[in-house]
Amino acid sequence: MSGWETVIGLEIHAQLATRSKIFSGSATAYGAPPNAQASLVDLGYPGVLPVLNGAAVRMAVKLGLAIGATIAPVSIFARKNYFYPDLPKGYQISQYELPIVARGSLDIVLDDGTVKRVGITRAHLEEDAGKSLHEGLPGMTGVDLNRAGTPLVEIVSEPELRSAKEAVAYMKKMHTLVRYLEICDGNMQEGSFRCDANVSVRKSGATKFGTRAEIKNLNSFRFIERAINYEVARQIELLEGGGTVVQETRLYDPDKGETRSMRSKEEANDYRYFPDPDLLPVVLDAAFIESVRATLPELPDQKAARLGSQYGLSAYDAGVLTASRELADYYEAVVRAAPADAKLAANWVMGELCAALNKESLEVGAARVGPAALGGLMRKISDQTVSGNVAKIVFASMWSSGASAETVIEQQGLRQITDSGEIERLIDEVMAANPKQLAEYRSGKDKLFGFFVGQVMKATGGKANPAQLNELLKKKLSG
Amino acid sequence: MYDFPLIFRFPRPTTSRTPMALTREQIESIAALARLELSAAELPVYQASLSSILEFVGALERVDTANVTPMAHPLPGLSQRLRPDEVTEADHHAEYQRNAPQTLAGLYLVPRVIE
Amino acid sequence: MSELHHMGLTELAAGLRARRFSSVELAEVFLGRIEASQPALNAFISVTREQALADAAAADRILAAGTGGALTGVPIAHKDLFCTQGVRTTCGSRMLGNFVSPYDATVVAKLKAAGAVMLGKTNMDEFAMGSSNETSFFGPVKNPWDPRLVPGGSSGGSAAAVAARLVPGATATDTGGSIRQPAALCGITGLKPTYGRVSRYGMVAFASSLDQGGTLTASAADAALMLREMAGFDPKDSTSVEREVPDYVAALGAPLEGLKIGLLREFFDKGLEPANEQRIREALKVYESLGARLTEVSLPNLPLSVPVYYVVAPAECSSNLARFDGVRYGHRCENPRDLMDLYRRSRGEGFGAEVKRRVMTGTYVLSAGYYDAYYLKAQRVRQLISADFTRAFESVDVVMGPTTPTPAFALGAKTSDPITMYLNDIYTIGANLAGLPGVSVPCGFVGELPVGLQIVGPHFSEARLLNAAHAYQGATDWHTRIPRGFA
Repeated sequence: MSGWETVIGLEIHAQLATRSKIFSGSATAYGAPPNAQASLVDLGYPGVLPVLNGAAVRMAVKLGLAIGATIAPVSIFARKNYFYPDLPKGYQISQYELPIVARGSLDIVLDDGTVKRVGITRAHLEEDAGKSLHEGLPGMTGVDLNRAGTPLVEIVSEPELRSAKEAVAYMKKMHTLVRYLEICDGNMQEGSFRCDANVSVRKSGATKFGTRAEIKNLNSFRFIERAINYEVARQIELLEGGGTVVQETRLYDPDKGETRSMRSKEEANDYRYFPDPDLLPVVLDAAFIESVRATLPELPDQKAARLGSQYGLSAYDAGVLTASRELADYYEAVVRAAPADAKLAANWVMGELCAALNKESLEVGAARVGPAALGGLMRKISDQTVSGNVAKIVFASMWSSGASAETVIEQQGLRQITDSGEIERLIDEVMAANPKQLAEYRSGKDKLFGFFVGQVMKATGGKANPAQLNELLKKKLSG
Repeated sequence: MYDFPLIFRFPRPTTSRTPMALTREQIESIAALARLELSAAELPVYQASLSSILEFVGALERVDTANVTPMAHPLPGLSQRLRPDEVTEADHHAEYQRNAPQTLAGLYLVPRVIE
Repeated sequence: MSELHHMGLTELAAGLRARRFSSVELAEVFLGRIEASQPALNAFISVTREQALADAAAADRILAAGTGGALTGVPIAHKDLFCTQGVRTTCGSRMLGNFVSPYDATVVAKLKAAGAVMLGKTNMDEFAMGSSNETSFFGPVKNPWDPRLVPGGSSGGSAAAVAARLVPGATATDTGGSIRQPAALCGITGLKPTYGRVSRYGMVAFASSLDQGGTLTASAADAALMLREMAGFDPKDSTSVEREVPDYVAALGAPLEGLKIGLLREFFDKGLEPANEQRIREALKVYESLGARLTEVSLPNLPLSVPVYYVVAPAECSSNLARFDGVRYGHRCENPRDLMDLYRRSRGEGFGAEVKRRVMTGTYVLSAGYYDAYYLKAQRVRQLISADFTRAFESVDVVMGPTTPTPAFALGAKTSDPITMYLNDIYTIGANLAGLPGVSVPCGFVGELPVGLQIVGPHFSEARLLNAAHAYQGATDWHTRIPRGFA
């Protein structure tokens, strides 16, 4: 692949987390029986008219403010005309010439740790289409219009992404952002967050873009990476073999791991956009925009920077902890319970907590050990009640029983032994029971030190203070 | 109407010169785009009448409209009202599907769509 | 007591309240007239006799209790473009030949709430596209003044029904003149309100930025009563205007002394038949005698109305009619081979020739490469026409002129050449492009055929227009004339 440069632009579709649809009072809940949530407006019945949902507008503005974009003082809804069974009116209400949000950006962190700013051309409001179902309907397609009219914000990036990895990093960052903003549930399996990828390649150093293919409806980070990599390889192979890339829409087949041409969508698309005469210009004044700005939470980048400086965390750790607002909130709650142990808490949240959550596929909100309880455990580590290793046992017990660190330690007798006399007594016992090893150690076999540590620890059930044990053992062994 | 800042504009294909007479092929492609089946007998009729309509509206080409904002709405100065985000619709699919030519288990049926 | 069908809406409403006759009696009289006229006029697509009689009986109970609304028990008809719950709504098209609306249009609901009793749904040009009512799938409507002639369109059924006194009032819609032009050709009063004054919810869209619902009645006073009950803000229509509805009835009777009338120079052009012009000039003299002052005004861009309209209206219609695809409702062809075949044959069979012509014209003017030259250009010229009106209303209160260039023409006379047909609306389209209210009032006859005077005012000046029309009708009796055979 050397000698070629990849150029990718993403069009992300995020379903907005409104209760009702963008132009009707139908519910947007996922999973209802077919067409149970399709009102006359959603069905495109004769005579019905759209009325805009204010919450969808506020959410789009919120996104615009979060990506540092310009909020259009006047934006216009336009009709995108085409025929498809899942598009009841024969047109999709979207925005074309005057989108509600224009010119923003999002920073992503590359593998080498550098930050890349990705330009965002525009973000516009539109309505989602319905769904076509084929299973169990021989020769027929069934149309379910429950999704039709669900509000979407389409976020169009500049063609500035240069690899599948960058595309995924950008997609993940946007995924984090929309959930921070609480404008999208981010559920990719249900299609709440998905993207189309415009992919092209060009000779390294070339200034003109190559012909692009648009890969439709990618709804998992893994698929995005695989689909783009496949498509890049396909285009390079085509070009190196003397062929040309056709501008077309392609579909990724996750079973086969390849993209294929969507011929059904290829037949001359001429969308005949024009302003929708059923809707008036959306005029947003400064007061409206400021009222939305007032609802902005601390954004992921801001939060990461603050966590870094406030708690002395590395940029990497701060990035991991702020990947979701819930995780960051959890972390900060732990720190509130154990203010002196912020760095320790970061390691524990990223380590034991995340591992436990992943094992049971739980969201952080469903963690069986709450942040206050974990903070309690952190205090027990730092005040040497338990060692780090014993703390893992305590944590596992807390996770299964729901008890506090204090209770688990007391009930299971896990308190660390810090009484020198007690430790010395145990050392003496171990030395007496292992005369051969003692002699070998004293004749210069230093490696046996570890053996004695292990034996004493075993005798204490792992509870001896490790540093203290080391010190006393050294003294005693050397006679 | 509003004078929109150019930064928000999205490019459109450039405009070609207005043709007066449409060819039979053009009529066929317009009918295909509009999803209308036309019989062999209808084609020349529409070819003639659409051509004469386009010639008739071609009079607009001669009007000087420099610096005139297109009028998208008959009442000036109005803006879109925003609806509260409330669910007001209940499930009426059985009633709404009484007008449907073909349904099954709540789904509208069409011939198999191949993607 | 004069015969019931000679009375207008206002008089009938008062008579019902006074219990001089019952709503059931009225319904029987008018239903009888509708049914008897059907072979000759074909003004109705559906007659809802049973429901009407049940509703009338219910109205009589309300009247007996003395709790009625402004129109309780008064029979009316709806243009078959307004959705009516449980009643077939066809839009004059094969496409919707079996379509039963699950909901009422806001206009229908409001008139129902005011107590009006619907007798049926009136015939119309298919999807309101036509000026002669000859594009209806259900056959043409005949002009009650001469059944060899057209009643005008697209609200031809409503206009013929009111002219022949089959109903005292009917709803109608006006996209390029579809209320005013048939009102003129049938010798009745037709009011097209300001865009946004009456809700479009449930009024099947032809051209959304031009369509407006209004009234066809014998007199301006009746129009005032009907409009008062129909108009108003509707949260279901984003383009309806949040503005109080004045009491149009109470506003009638103000003197015309000092009313400044602008004579539209562009309307007195070479296309206007001399005999029609004569009637208009005579009407203007009546206004002068009522104290109004006449001045000539010029709207230089007005002659471009028809070309602008025949870009904008087809463009919007091509998109509005895309929903008729044979999937969720409406006509579906037999045994479609595949999805494309389903779409093309269902639409090809379901739509008539004029609808197809406009859908194709609109598809073309919006298509890639032509949008700027046609659609955008037309919307710019529309702005110029609108600005012409705004300027004129700086110096005059209303403008007046003919509604149509000629009286009613023969069936079939203009069907072969669309442009000739389109030019029928040359005087009415301007008001639609600018969203202005307009009214056509009968102002005499050419031979045996009625002529209409058109009055157009600034946005939301319906009260002024109705008052001017009412004053004229107080000084003349053209609006009381009934075609022979229907008296």
